[in-house]
Amino acid sequence: MTTETGPRQFERLALPHLDAAYNLARWLTRNDSDADDVVQDAYLRAYKYFASFRGENFRAWLLAVVRRAAYDWMHRNRPAEVVSNADMDLDAVASEADDSPETALLRKADQTMVNEMIAALPPQFREVVVLRELQELSYKEIAEIADVPVGTVMSRLARARAMLAADGKRRLKEYGHG
Amino acid sequence: MAERPDTMGDLIRRHGTRYAAPAGLAERIGAALDALHAESGRPAAPAVPFPPRRSVMPWRPLALAASFVLAVVLSSGATWYVTASDREDQLAAEVVASHVRSMQVQHLTDVLSSNQHTVKPWFDGKLDLSPPVVDLADKGFPLVGGRLDYLDNHPVAALVYRSNQHVINLFVWTRKSGVPAPQPPAEIQGYNLRQWRQGDLTCWAVSDVESGELDTFVKDFRAAAG
Repeated sequence: MTTETGPRQFERLALPHLDAAYNLARWLTRNDSDADDVVQDAYLRAYKYFASFRGENFRAWLLAVVRRAAYDWMHRNRPAEVVSNADMDLDAVASEADDSPETALLRKADQTMVNEMIAALPPQFREVVVLRELQELSYKEIAEIADVPVGTVMSRLARARAMLAADGKRRLKEYGHG
Repeated sequence: MAERPDTMGDLIRRHGTRYAAPAGLAERIGAALDALHAESGRPAAPAVPFPPRRSVMPWRPLALAASFVLAVVLSSGATWYVTASDREDQLAAEVVASHVRSMQVQHLTDVLSSNQHTVKPWFDGKLDLSPPVVDLADKGFPLVGGRLDYLDNHPVAALVYRSNQHVINLFVWTRKSGVPAPQPPAEIQGYNLRQWRQGDLTCWAVSDVESGELDTFVKDFRAAAG
């Protein structure tokens, strides 16, 4: 890290990741203007800490700051959601289906439905799906961002896929498509 | 990609929306960074041991209170400051600031219960660890409840105990780094601090009870939870 740590140098490193930062914040807050606030907050935090950044992966470090800002936002604005999601019986949901979705789901699910399904996941599963499937980050990088071991990332992703498959099946039935 | 998605991963990658940052966000961030830079004169990394948790105005007094505690830490703990790692230094300040905040914002507990069998399961699914929750009422330290907090870039369990009229916050988390932590100062600005390892957990107790009383609490807790 050089000794020059002004706004321009920080921007040069951080702005290329703005879309990734926004996508993560947008999926966690599920709202445009809140995502905007969270990303701004996160970039200011990251800038303050920038001089002390010693890691190797700037993008992972930055996205970890974004994630933390998003969780702070959720605890502040939607504590019930964070709590109620955490209280869900995740194992029961996951055990209803494996992650090989029915052909009907693969054929009929559209953008609206897939987005609703992702949005309905508890945040700790949603973030793994977003970072892996939409951002195409490595398990290692996701582990760094979410501050959990790589094994946890993999098991959360597997559970998330199973939950999505179960949710998709339910939606097809509910809307009479299936 | 196949013509038709054939796994859940395919389906997500095909249809899931990748949101792009809205126009103007980069400029707004740039302007905010400039304002911050102008205000502080330099990026304040080492001087701000934890990022502001709240950006909304009602929290400003808390930030001030926390800064005050930190200022005292940084100015009074000189000997300790040069010998301990920056990280531990920040952490001790964070722990005290969290304790102060917990009592100022009417947010001492997320789960209010003196029953360890209520408090312990409450943390399940919220944290990657299962904190040892024990009731020490018979030792004079009744359990008040628990809450989630953030320290050292982790969500951590905060167990809240009472000693007469005093609150004891006990922060518990899994610490990955194998580096042995130097002992923090026993006291910062009137708050007593104790840090120890329990299995793979890092525990910090902070309170304004007397030093000897906090030692007793730590001893009783370790005996009951070990």
